Amino acid sequence: MRKVAIVGAGMTKFVRRSLETGKELSWQAAKMALDSCQLTLDDVDCVVMGTAPDAFDMIHMKAEYLSDGAGAWRKPYMRGFVGGGTGVFVADQGWYHVASGLFDTCLVVAEEKMSCCLPHPQGAFITCWDQFTESPLGTSLLWFFAWEMNRYMNAHGITEREIALVAVKNKKNAMNHPCAQLAAEITVDDVLNSEIMAWPVKRLDVSPTSDGAVAIVLAAEHVAKRISDKPVWIEGVGWCLDTMYIGQRDLYYPRYVEYAARMAYNMAGIKEPSKEINIAEPYDPFDYKELHHMEGLLLCGKGEAARLTADGVTQRTGNLPTCPSGGALGVGNAIAATGLMKVAELFWQLRGEAGKRQVPGKPKKGVAQAWGDEMQVGTVIVLGV
Amino acid sequence: MLPRVAIVGIGFSSFRSITPDISFKEMMFEAATRAYEDAGVCPQQDIDGFVTCEEDFAHGRSIFSIHTPDNLGAVLKPIHTIPGDGIYGLAAGYMQISTGLMSIVAVESHSKASNMLTPNYLIAHALDPVYNKPLGYNPYFIAGMEMNRYLFETGTTKEQCALVAVKNKLNALLNPQAVYGERITADEVLGSEMMFYPLSRLDMSSPADGGIVMVLASEEKAKALTDKPIWIRGIGWCSDTPGLETREGGEAVYAHLAGDMAYKMADIKHPRKEIDFVEIDDTFSYKELQHLEALKLCRRGEAGALVEEGATQRDGEFPVNVSGGSLGVGHLVEATGLQRVLEVVLQLRGEAGKRQLSNVKVGLAQSWRGIPTNSGAAIILSRE
Repeated sequence: MRKVAIVGAGMTKFVRRSLETGKELSWQAAKMALDSCQLTLDDVDCVVMGTAPDAFDMIHMKAEYLSDGAGAWRKPYMRGFVGGGTGVFVADQGWYHVASGLFDTCLVVAEEKMSCCLPHPQGAFITCWDQFTESPLGTSLLWFFAWEMNRYMNAHGITEREIALVAVKNKKNAMNHPCAQLAAEITVDDVLNSEIMAWPVKRLDVSPTSDGAVAIVLAAEHVAKRISDKPVWIEGVGWCLDTMYIGQRDLYYPRYVEYAARMAYNMAGIKEPSKEINIAEPYDPFDYKELHHMEGLLLCGKGEAARLTADGVTQRTGNLPTCPSGGALGVGNAIAATGLMKVAELFWQLRGEAGKRQVPGKPKKGVAQAWGDEMQVGTVIVLGV
Repeated sequence: MLPRVAIVGIGFSSFRSITPDISFKEMMFEAATRAYEDAGVCPQQDIDGFVTCEEDFAHGRSIFSIHTPDNLGAVLKPIHTIPGDGIYGLAAGYMQISTGLMSIVAVESHSKASNMLTPNYLIAHALDPVYNKPLGYNPYFIAGMEMNRYLFETGTTKEQCALVAVKNKLNALLNPQAVYGERITADEVLGSEMMFYPLSRLDMSSPADGGIVMVLASEEKAKALTDKPIWIRGIGWCSDTPGLETREGGEAVYAHLAGDMAYKMADIKHPRKEIDFVEIDDTFSYKELQHLEALKLCRRGEAGALVEEGATQRDGEFPVNVSGGSLGVGHLVEATGLQRVLEVVLQLRGEAGKRQLSNVKVGLAQSWRGIPTNSGAAIILSRE
């Protein structure tokens, strides 16, 4: 199997409402990523695009529209799509483009512009449900999260207070991220006292909607060694989808994340993830999801993630720094772009270039994960130096 | 040296103009069940990965990938969607197998075009939202303008384009899956209602429903599974500029570059001599000619004459769109590419029934993603 490395990364600020079009956001990120490894579009063999539902900006075949912004002019260009899991999936997809031997370099761009969807992108999410069995219920996405959070709390006896610690930690971590949208120093009580959206989900449990783009540059081993003295290797990839019928899944545990993680760990030769992984960037669109996903990623036992958080293990200075970037809760949640932001964060952390966010102790291995579709997809990538 | 990958199983749900009796989920299931049986594989045990190809708006619900795993037997398996044409899905499957990570991958695409009651309004949403969409025009005018430019630049005539429609609809009469087979004359095409000048009603393909699934396998698995593997010799895909203002009107640059990529992989120097027959995009009659030229199967401006001479007929020296193409079979939206590949596989296996070509060893299938895109893919398949 050919070795593939990440050699460059770039991202725009995540903001509530960007003045740039999706094309412009894509290009800003792509240009930064290319500049960071001193490449130009001429050096790019193919482009992979990640962007979540077309319904956000009402652009049919959205990736076709974004193609020139992503630098795909007259190049092999493919979009990958697994809903909210897209951000990490496109990194996996870029990996298979290069690992297949067809291409030596690949530019991976993830863009999201949610602000066009008025009054709120929830309007786009409700067009996801099955039109016969789910849409008639009139649910919003928040209800699904409320069911899942409630089930998770019940299954393990976890409290809202324990979960709120995740929001506090991530928003604080984001204070050091120059692209962050919702960095803040808040307390657990602030979270608990914030407006109830759909019990037990409260406003500060939820990540914001965002506009933004992220890009990374991938290269095959022989190219990576030529252009970079600090390549970050893609050691494992995994993705997995569970059944489409939400009633057939026990929401207390994301087994699809476990399956995807096992696929990636097998490839990376990781036997004991909780010991071998130095940094984790699980997807945290809601604070309880970080805990849920840490368990799915086998970084701790089922129901143990809350205790790790309370003990400070997941702090930037802890044993298992989790979402040192600030995550979706702090940096912002520009759906597809957020997943790739997590991959970019690992890239910077493993190279020791994360500035004030740098995790101490020269981390060697990291795992990033995104999640999406209708609470049913896990996408995982393991990076190492 | 790239690893070899073969198509070892094909399955489809019949193509029809409307399918009120069957949901897209059932369509996927039907095609998948047949493909798995054809390949002799069990999805949960044997298949390592799945790829589906669909655009959200054409599907009618957001995030199409939500609705995919159960219909394909892919629950808790690696499966993802490519919002694009089926040949892109084959490319994804090809790459996944080439990495060595997977041995068997299933690729699915389907069309429920009959659910799109006003496709022109839907396609209008694919236009640039700042520069083009606000003009409020029917997006099919892009095809009219492009055809006009193509005719102007190459000297091809409207009559020659009409002959493409005549040929493909005639070919379709021998294809039991084709929806729009009929015996018509060039005069009938030319005399049909003017839609988007110079595009007449019969120059345009009509939509059809249908689902297709294909099973790809690595060399080792392919040889164990079947006596008739159809090898992927080359595959390519490309996006030219999406801007209406910055594109070559008369030339299909995307097809040219996608073809070049596939030829390079397949080590084909003289496509016309080394390829026996092709299934190429004919969403509009002129597109078949434009794509023939872009794929270097004839010189620029010569495709019209080739059709006129009858060279591209089923019994001609270089058969083009024996299946009936989109004009004859019906346009299967994102599944169009897979329909073309399906025909190439059937022909190469010798299972094409009444329309079977004799002595064919290498075939090419090509797709275009339709207006207003400037993207397409090509794949070269062979018996050896």
